[in-house]
Amino acid sequence: MKDSVLLEADQLLETARQLRLDILEMTTKAGSGHPSSSWSAVELVTALYFGGILRYRANEPWWPARDRFIMSKGHAAPLLYAALAKAGYFPREELWTLREVGSPVQGHPIQGMMPGVEATTGSLGQGLSLGLGHVLGGRLTGQKFSVFVLLGDGECEAGQIWEAAMAASHYKAGNLVAMLDYNKYQETGPISREIALEPLVDKWKSFGWNVQEVNGHEIKEVIAALTLAQQLEATAKPQIIIAHTIKGKGVSFVEADFTYHGRALNAEQAALAREEINGTR
Amino acid sequence: MELGKKAGLTQCNKPLRNIFGDALLEVARANERVVVLDGDLGNSTMAEYVRYEFPDRFFNLGIAESNLVGVGAGLAGAGLYPFITSFSSFLLCNAYDQIRLAVAMSEIDATVIGSHGGITLGKDGPTQMGIEDLALIGGLPTFTIIVPCDPASMHAAVKAAPSIKGPVFIRSSRVPMPYIYPLEDTPWEVGKANIVREGADLTIIGCGMMVAAGLDAAAMLAEEGIEARVVDLHTIRPMDKESIVAAAKETGAVVVAEEHLLHGGVGSNVARVVAESAPVPMRFVGLRDVYVESGAPADLVKKYNLTADDICTAAREAYAAKGA
Repeated sequence: MKDSVLLEADQLLETARQLRLDILEMTTKAGSGHPSSSWSAVELVTALYFGGILRYRANEPWWPARDRFIMSKGHAAPLLYAALAKAGYFPREELWTLREVGSPVQGHPIQGMMPGVEATTGSLGQGLSLGLGHVLGGRLTGQKFSVFVLLGDGECEAGQIWEAAMAASHYKAGNLVAMLDYNKYQETGPISREIALEPLVDKWKSFGWNVQEVNGHEIKEVIAALTLAQQLEATAKPQIIIAHTIKGKGVSFVEADFTYHGRALNAEQAALAREEINGTR
Repeated sequence: MELGKKAGLTQCNKPLRNIFGDALLEVARANERVVVLDGDLGNSTMAEYVRYEFPDRFFNLGIAESNLVGVGAGLAGAGLYPFITSFSSFLLCNAYDQIRLAVAMSEIDATVIGSHGGITLGKDGPTQMGIEDLALIGGLPTFTIIVPCDPASMHAAVKAAPSIKGPVFIRSSRVPMPYIYPLEDTPWEVGKANIVREGADLTIIGCGMMVAAGLDAAAMLAEEGIEARVVDLHTIRPMDKESIVAAAKETGAVVVAEEHLLHGGVGSNVARVVAESAPVPMRFVGLRDVYVESGAPADLVKKYNLTADDICTAAREAYAAKGA
């Protein structure tokens, strides 16, 4: 489809690798940030921007008919910025100014501060409501676009998510597609230990949503689920893809230790991580 | 409530909230980008006037203010102009963080309507009263903050809102407020305070219903030989510093009256301007660190000292301090 980018399978894998590396370099240079929360969703965002799903024009970021992508889990900002740079919204060099005074590359996304940054997020639980607003607006203005929202699992503990889930169902928002990065950990520990979300599929179904479950690191599977979700728009039910993921995916010692949440890797750790991501170790 | 009687103002039989509903409908008719969001109180805020005529541009999101604000912000992102409406207490207290991120920090073009501001909302009691709304919205730096004082200025404010860059807050009220301005060619400009009565001895600055109360007070003070200037400070931000400094310098004493907590309210903001540029004796009429109770508005304003008499008392003190 015009206005979307569909890379070959090997290029998709290579893109995911590049995003992972950029996330590492950005956060290590900044000395802070959330690499592990970004890494768990790399394939989800890669599939969206480079798997022929999202319709966008990098040289016309606010093209009114664009599909929307809202990064509700705002702490995964490094992933959003890396994907936008890769898609051509701004020069990749800007990534290295993350969290620096005077840089628009804020620690958490601020709407419109960088081209393609659709929403201000970071206080969690807010993105799904914004997505629903875009859907209702598109309906009024007669623009046919889809709205994709990347949710964290921890933020599904927030009441606003379920307010939005109820309203999206009421308003028959079939073109609202949520992707849930279900990496099973929140800041202080395993979700099942802190505030359990299960049975999650049942919860979303009972709110009137079409639910799919995928392995969130298999790009082909994610693309297939996103494609099906768009076909299911006709059911007039909102869509959610619950993506089973691994927090810190791609870097073994981060995968193994949830206390890496909100921690950048130091130079020594980054060297090891670089080798793992590049497959040279 | 006998607002404006002593000053001889023409009474309006409609509560200000109904005036708001009329104004909103007019704006919706004139501008097809306008959408209205309701938190299931459209028949109390009177936002529902739009629902009857433009059902597709009216969204009731139910009793869920956080989502209400988010959906409103999303609609703005799709190119529409949202009026996000509910009681000021519910919107600002339930959805403060959503207003902070999705509206204020994102600097979207949108208006938040906080109805039932102040204590004069009937007998519903303190849970429904917006006595802290101006302090809260003041904590969100990008908001233009407007408190209309009469039917004409409510019309002017609602009409002006979509052309103001960035987020706007307009306070609405349940009490009727007498006419201070003409409905045609209303002399009202956002950010520009209006002198509604001239006087050289002191200045009474008010917003909302305290403008009419201030005019009543001025009429009473005139009988004692004190001529008060009365200023309608309808825009709390951006604040018209020039008019405030001029009033302080020219009249030598300032009383600020508000239907709001004094802590973090209009008076404290006016005092900052006066203290920096033209220090003169000041007195403040407003709520002093209390939650109000159920009761008829006329009884409540007496008990909680928000009447023209209370403004007179403050004015006499300020006037006396001026000569000291």
